[in-house]
Amino acid sequence: MARTKRLLLGGAAFLFLTFCIVPGAVLAKTEIQWWHANTGFLGDRVTDIVTKFNAGQNDYEVKAVYKGSYPETLTAGIAAYRAKTQPHLLQVFEVGTQTMLSSGAIYPVFQLMQEQGVKIDWADFLGVVRSYYSQGGQLYSMPFNSSTAILYYNRSLFKKAGLDPTKPPATYDQIEKAAKACVKAGAKIGFTTAWPSWTLVENAHAWHDQPFSDMDNGFKGMPTKLRINGEFGVKLWTLFARWQKEGIYTYSGRTSKGDQPIINGEAAIGLASTALVGTLTKTAKFEWGTGNLPRMAGYPQGNSIIGGASLWVMKGKKPEEYKGVAAFLQFLTRPEQQAWWHAATGYLPVSKSALGALQQTDHFQKNPDMWTAFNQIISGKTTANSQGIRMGNFAAVRDGIEAELENVLGGKKTPKQGLDDATKGGAKILKEFSSLYK
Amino acid sequence: MRRSIFENRWLPYVLIAPQLIVVLVFFFWPAFDSLRLSFFKVAPFGDREIFAGLDNFVELLTDPAYGRSVLNSFIFSLGVTTLGLAVSLCLASLANQKLRGLTFYRTAVLWTYGIAPPVSGIIWLFIFHPSYGMLPYLLSMVTTYDFNWLLQGWIAMLLVICAAAWAHLGYNIAFFLAGLQTIPVSVMDAARVDGAGGFRLFRSIIFPLLSPVTFFLFIMNMVFSFFETFGIIHAVTQGGPGDTTTIMVYKTYVDGFVNLRMGYSAAQSVILMALVIALTVVQFKYTERKVTY
Repeated sequence: MARTKRLLLGGAAFLFLTFCIVPGAVLAKTEIQWWHANTGFLGDRVTDIVTKFNAGQNDYEVKAVYKGSYPETLTAGIAAYRAKTQPHLLQVFEVGTQTMLSSGAIYPVFQLMQEQGVKIDWADFLGVVRSYYSQGGQLYSMPFNSSTAILYYNRSLFKKAGLDPTKPPATYDQIEKAAKACVKAGAKIGFTTAWPSWTLVENAHAWHDQPFSDMDNGFKGMPTKLRINGEFGVKLWTLFARWQKEGIYTYSGRTSKGDQPIINGEAAIGLASTALVGTLTKTAKFEWGTGNLPRMAGYPQGNSIIGGASLWVMKGKKPEEYKGVAAFLQFLTRPEQQAWWHAATGYLPVSKSALGALQQTDHFQKNPDMWTAFNQIISGKTTANSQGIRMGNFAAVRDGIEAELENVLGGKKTPKQGLDDATKGGAKILKEFSSLYK
Repeated sequence: MRRSIFENRWLPYVLIAPQLIVVLVFFFWPAFDSLRLSFFKVAPFGDREIFAGLDNFVELLTDPAYGRSVLNSFIFSLGVTTLGLAVSLCLASLANQKLRGLTFYRTAVLWTYGIAPPVSGIIWLFIFHPSYGMLPYLLSMVTTYDFNWLLQGWIAMLLVICAAAWAHLGYNIAFFLAGLQTIPVSVMDAARVDGAGGFRLFRSIIFPLLSPVTFFLFIMNMVFSFFETFGIIHAVTQGGPGDTTTIMVYKTYVDGFVNLRMGYSAAQSVILMALVIALTVVQFKYTERKVTY
């Protein structure tokens, strides 16, 4: 009995000591928690960033934690905030921007930098990127991975179909012809899209200078109505419904599901995020190219809009920790860091000086597909309809749009009816959100 | 005679306390919080809770999308239960015969129960996939119908029903096998002497004698397909195309965790809670009465 007691006491003492000593060693550095939604190739790049920052100074230790998909990461952040265990930094996708702005749970980035005395040249930020995450001209979250939608085409399949592999299709008419020819020549998929609502509704409207919602797409105030069931939207969806029937277009599923057929070479043409450039460069076993979003004749030129995600600083942490957060965010905005991030992944660098530095080198000559997104944004015209979209509960609005698109492509509803129903569903969600923040 | 083996009056309570605490904290507390939340409109970050009375319920019951999800749930659950019970009864009868390598077969038919539902969903997704699936390929030889679950609701429903029924097959077979082995040989022999053949034997002897097991499995399969198949839907269809495979549990998840409407989602979980309670009551009441003999 005595021996057991001694053993237990010894064990308890041992446990006690290990728990005291081990965290003590780590606590010498202030820990900064960063929850993100990047996995696979992008997840490895996030690890690179954190390792580099941690090795470069001795005061802070940034811990990057993968929390699942974008919606899952946002949900995890919300649950943690309610339980008062929130991370310092939370990566939130662009559709969660309004939710975060209204949340009362954030520490605006411009204010953080001001209070920590960190000077950042905001004017150096690319206009389209900055405006998306700003309110009243002040930056509220740090743009991290900004992308836009572009067109991808499979040059190997184009060659097989006897098409010019140096010319990406520039209009919807050209896509129809090229996709038809490729399918005839044996391509599994003529044309497909990732993030259907983002590419086929949000970006298509902005690119043709058509409104997505009232209140200038939410930049003038909280929107209450979608405006996608206009003549342009109906025309576009009618086209896709016909293409789906004729085998020219193949629907690949919601959210990022459409990335797969583009990456593995099944699709001749696809619309997807610029972020695929990095993946394709590393993994594609076929020749591919990129081009601007397709145009439909008879509509004015707008611009493509930003996707991707930004980093939000959460409220309720200690001042010395916020110092570390500011240091880390400053590190992220450094031109060389931005240039590296862009070259590794295909996401847009946020600063003009990083872009300038890249232009000084032969980077864009060597990687013309990394230039496409800039070329597209520069050739576009930023108007009230194409500066971006901001609305509460955008994720739900998007989900509703994609569900209605499925109904239309499957022949269950006419394009007009599908768009009307999506508009009606959207209005309900927007009204509910604005009723919370009156 | 001693009534209890415990000398200390409090010891038994202390011993069950951990379990009680777990149940209270992880079961009752969330359940009551859902009930409370269902009467509120809640901001995503929980910083605003506006009392809404029965608004959430009124909105739910008048929303055609919710009606569709209830209908989808019943189509799905009845599909899974019917398909699952029919196939597993056939397999169990086969595995109950005297065969060589019987132990191997009996183990093999239980395997699918070891597979997590989402994995089962992915396996069936590969079979049904419009561009690389086996089934659409084989069907394309006999018909030109576009067998595409991404766009055709009924095919998507069929896909998730197959996946869910398959995942639960092992469980059903285990119970049916046990049930089949309790049927007395003497009864079977007597029936054979009376001239009953294979089908007659099954219809008049085996099936009635199995009815308590069948009833139990019916309830368990309904509960399973109503509440535990979230993973399959989430991994395969995400409720689409349109909302044809959005069952009640999935809608509760989407409204709560994607659309961040906690009050609305809580109201749905309250309705689901009422359903579980109802199913459990039915089960307890009728399994006691042994159904029909």
